[in-house]
Amino acid sequence: MIDVKMDPRLKSQRFRQEREADWRRLERLIGKAEKGGMADLSDEDILAAPVLYRSALSALSVARATSLDRGLIDYLETLCARSYFFVYGARETLWGQLAAFFREAWPKAVKGLWRETLASFALLMVGAVIAAWLVSHEADWYYAFMPKAMAGGRDPAASTQALRDTLFSGGKDGLSVFATFLFTHNAQIAILAFALGFALCLPTAALVLYNGATLGAFFTLFASRGLGVEAGGWLLIHGVTELFAVVLSGAAGLRIGWAVAFPGEDRRLDAIAEAGRHAATVMGGVVVMLFLAGLLEGFGRQLITLTPARYAVAAITAVMWGAYFYGRRGARQDG
Amino acid sequence: MAKAATVPLEARMTRAFVTPEGVDLRLELGDAGQRAGAFLLDAAIIVGVLIVASLAVLLLGLGAIGAMGGKGAELMAVIWLLGFFLLRNFYFVGFELSAAAATPGKRIMGLRVAARDGGRLRPGAIFARNAMRELEVFLPIIILFAPTGDGGVESWMYLLGFAWAAIFALFPLFNADRLRVGDLVGGTWVVRTPKRALTRDMADEGAQRLARYAFTVEQMDAYGAKELHVLEDVLRQRDRRTLRAVADRIVGKIGWIRAADEDDYDFLSAYYAALRKRLEARLLMGVRRRDKHDV
Repeated sequence: MIDVKMDPRLKSQRFRQEREADWRRLERLIGKAEKGGMADLSDEDILAAPVLYRSALSALSVARATSLDRGLIDYLETLCARSYFFVYGARETLWGQLAAFFREAWPKAVKGLWRETLASFALLMVGAVIAAWLVSHEADWYYAFMPKAMAGGRDPAASTQALRDTLFSGGKDGLSVFATFLFTHNAQIAILAFALGFALCLPTAALVLYNGATLGAFFTLFASRGLGVEAGGWLLIHGVTELFAVVLSGAAGLRIGWAVAFPGEDRRLDAIAEAGRHAATVMGGVVVMLFLAGLLEGFGRQLITLTPARYAVAAITAVMWGAYFYGRRGARQDG
Repeated sequence: MAKAATVPLEARMTRAFVTPEGVDLRLELGDAGQRAGAFLLDAAIIVGVLIVASLAVLLLGLGAIGAMGGKGAELMAVIWLLGFFLLRNFYFVGFELSAAAATPGKRIMGLRVAARDGGRLRPGAIFARNAMRELEVFLPIIILFAPTGDGGVESWMYLLGFAWAAIFALFPLFNADRLRVGDLVGGTWVVRTPKRALTRDMADEGAQRLARYAFTVEQMDAYGAKELHVLEDVLRQRDRRTLRAVADRIVGKIGWIRAADEDDYDFLSAYYAALRKRLEARLLMGVRRRDKHDV
């Protein structure tokens, strides 16, 4: 009581006045970080932030329990929330994140998805086999699997010579536009396949099956004219990368759909979120794969017209991806 | 702290969010209107950038054709295609990866993305929540502008597709946490982080005047925390007539004998400080008095 007599201020008032300067400093610091990122902060600021954050947080606890100054509690709540996101937010630079992604996170995520990858690959193959069987029995089926716009004159009505020409015409005009178009188109389809997985796997599975069917129909047509080996080279030079990417995006979609349907031991929401994060990590890399596939398709295939060379490129890419994703990871850092 | 029977509107959007230090930050979720507003702002920005960039590429393309012929046009086409792709897929991802974890639209609406489990917001989560936009935004747009055909099966397919797209687009309206499908898959939610300035402590003035007003314990026990906060608002607004009315009510209730030239504001701020002191003293002993009916 003596203390109170000497100082007319309330306890909560003194509590606030003693700490206000620190809060204001934290607020300035967070404001700077939110506006310009980490670059604007000095080393001293970065070191001070967690300390200031924790003292603000404990002040919030105390204020909630002992103070009736509503303005103070509201202020501390928003300040603590903002600094929480700063202190526990992403601290790495964009380049650091990218490096960690390609070195560690992506191959690991792909490896962890091996079961879905096998299932997705099986779907692709089933689609291809069904289409091949149908087309070999009745050539008209070809049109069911291959839209006219995509076929570009490669249909059963074309002569063998015309078909051969489509495989080896190294037209060099507009290659870069073609490559870019292929990349953006395929990447969009892959992202769609991933997103569709949410609807209980079925649309994703259908998309992968359809992709396989297109492949099967195409290959059967060329094989029926004795152009099987050449068509294989034409397809695989970029196809190893592209089809792998399609299979992976299908696998990512299946993973999410499976978590939606069968969450297992976890709560459904948690299972979905976990699967989503895992699958999305795979997808981030798939976009890059498709970019490479687009380059191979747009440039590589048009410039390399020798079938053995095409197979060689296909084999090299297959070995590279396989070693990168599934190779043993120890002291070795590269793929 | 038992839950009140009628949950106030504000509390319905507030979620417990416990930091690793064990303090509940009571985050407020962004409501449907704010989310939609933020998205429309972002969409406007994207479309605006796309139009300006397309015009720029077109003009540059015309110049490039003049200078380099076909090669120039090719280059411009590549730039446009890649630019469109990046804008469509990485506008949201790019901004949400930044320190503010919000696109310009969200920032304007005072929103940000956060991980639902209270942990760090990981790039995978951001990618997942935005890849789902393909399903929620772009697919409905494609379906909306697809040729409908002339009756028959195609129209039914169109209707079916439309209903399916609508389910995803309106998904946030059907769950309490206002989660998009993307939020579900990414394990994220969108919370409000308004910037709030530290308002003046109303006890600062009152405490100075306490010496002139000697309230008895009974007089200070007339009200609870709820009335204290109403009084705080009245003092902040400092409207003469409201001050008068409130002062009259309190004088009547506590039986205060007014001095001849007593200023209403002086009296009320002194009473505010006295009441708060009393309530906080009891709070310190673990007794929280919610309102005047709470004994």
